[in-house]
Amino acid sequence: MPLLQVEDLHVAYGAIRAIQGISFHIEAGEIVTLIGANGAGKSTTLRTVSGLLRPMQGDVLYQGRSITRTSPERIVKMGISQVPEGRLIFSSLTVLENLEMGAYTRKDKNEIRDTMKQVFTSFPRLEERRTQLGGTLSGGEQQMLAMGRGLMSRPRLLLLDEPSMGLAPILVDEIFEIIKTINAQGTSILLVEQNAAMALSVADRAYVLETGRTVLEGDAKELLHNPEVREAYLG
Amino acid sequence: MKVLILKNSLRTLVWAIYAALAFGLLWGIVALVRMNGPIFFIQAIIDGLRLGFMYALIALGYTMVYGIVRLINFAHGDVFMVGAFTSFYAITRYNWSFVPAILLAMLICTVLNVVIERVAYKPLRNAPRIASLITAIGVSFFLEYFTALSFVFGPDFITYRRPFPVEVWNVGGILITNITVIIVGITLALLLSLQYIIRRTKIGKAMRATALDKSAARLMGINVDGVISFTFALGAALAGAGGVLYAIAFPQILTFMGIMPGLKAFVAAVLGGIGSIPGAFVGSLLMGTTDVLVVSFMPMGSRLRDLIAFLILILVFLIKPTGIFGEPQAEKV
Repeated sequence: MPLLQVEDLHVAYGAIRAIQGISFHIEAGEIVTLIGANGAGKSTTLRTVSGLLRPMQGDVLYQGRSITRTSPERIVKMGISQVPEGRLIFSSLTVLENLEMGAYTRKDKNEIRDTMKQVFTSFPRLEERRTQLGGTLSGGEQQMLAMGRGLMSRPRLLLLDEPSMGLAPILVDEIFEIIKTINAQGTSILLVEQNAAMALSVADRAYVLETGRTVLEGDAKELLHNPEVREAYLG
Repeated sequence: MKVLILKNSLRTLVWAIYAALAFGLLWGIVALVRMNGPIFFIQAIIDGLRLGFMYALIALGYTMVYGIVRLINFAHGDVFMVGAFTSFYAITRYNWSFVPAILLAMLICTVLNVVIERVAYKPLRNAPRIASLITAIGVSFFLEYFTALSFVFGPDFITYRRPFPVEVWNVGGILITNITVIIVGITLALLLSLQYIIRRTKIGKAMRATALDKSAARLMGINVDGVISFTFALGAALAGAGGVLYAIAFPQILTFMGIMPGLKAFVAAVLGGIGSIPGAFVGSLLMGTTDVLVVSFMPMGSRLRDLIAFLILILVFLIKPTGIFGEPQAEKV
């Protein structure tokens, strides 16, 4: 049984159909990436998995159970956490408070403290800046904070929406190294990226989206060398 | 380049207006002190601050609710009125003492405001903002006129019997009553508890997070509907306490008594910067002080006080719509 299975998903914003038939699955332990141009429906897919949007048709199964009618709070509790596009750091909360918000669904204070220690091990810079306001961090630090915050709920599946957006190349490399480490520690990852080359190089498998549909899927390394994909997404 | 020059000259103009206002205010104060002597002036300031503390209890609810759902809850002044009436029944009919009466008023107001939010505002949360604004005005009228029915609170002024005798102390010519001390003490205690809740508790941090970004808050697993209810509850508890204190200070109650204090508190919240908690507090103190100074020193002041209050509102909107503590609205990219 896959960890997450998305079947023939259709989602609309009012009259605008953003997604019209997306299917993919993630096995436990994998990094799976969705690549595609702007407006292909990548972020909409993630918002639907997180429960912020309700599909018109199709299903999202998490560990075999449908979660399309489940509230976002419950979905976080069940083990799916999202690091949203644009990071959405709480700018006037401190780094520490941002991380606490990530652990909002958890009760045990000692366990939360342990998770925070782990996050600080992965992102030492966050520990240095723990009392600073989120809005005063640099872009790269904000991305680290967003990822740390996403990990605070101890997810089994982490959804990453455009983690490299707006970052300097050297920071992008650092972020992707961290993604690999998070995965190696046992968290499955669904990665949405415009930077297709980078995404394909860390992912196990990939799906190519075009105007709201899945058009291609396969082993990430193979897609990286697929002439069509190279032509369209890797320039 | 041209735009930059225009912006700079505009900024200079705004500062010139501030300077003129500050100078005028200073000059006015000096003239007043000379005319009536310092004692009379200090007395007015103290009475004004006392009124300002009561306004603050209402203004905080306006500003917190606005911060979270971007709605001006115009029924807030009427929740304040319900607080006053609740304590009236508890004290006069059932001989409760002061502390249980004020706690009961806070509780009833909390329940009322949470119900108002669930029934009237929640269904409109994704509707255009004007819809919920009009609804808020509707809820306000409903509360005023429904409670004015003879089988509810009745349409007449009712004399409020204070739960304790009034004591007056003469401090070097300035008269201070135990009512003033109680109002300031209770308000400060409530404000400190509010500050503690917002800064230190989990739900308070969730309130701040939700005010900043609702969908990010949802992604953290924060129950945003719950946080919104909690915000309405918190605001109502403060307004309920405010209603009781106001009735004790001005012991004539009426179901329409919440309108003016409600609107003044709204002006105070805008003056301080709507959405800002310290802003609501400072704005309220300024508003209360202005109110009493106008009544005490301006010819026909008691008729002009409301005019002046709304003149302040218009001036704030013209000169600095974000208020004293408000930050300029960040543009969303």
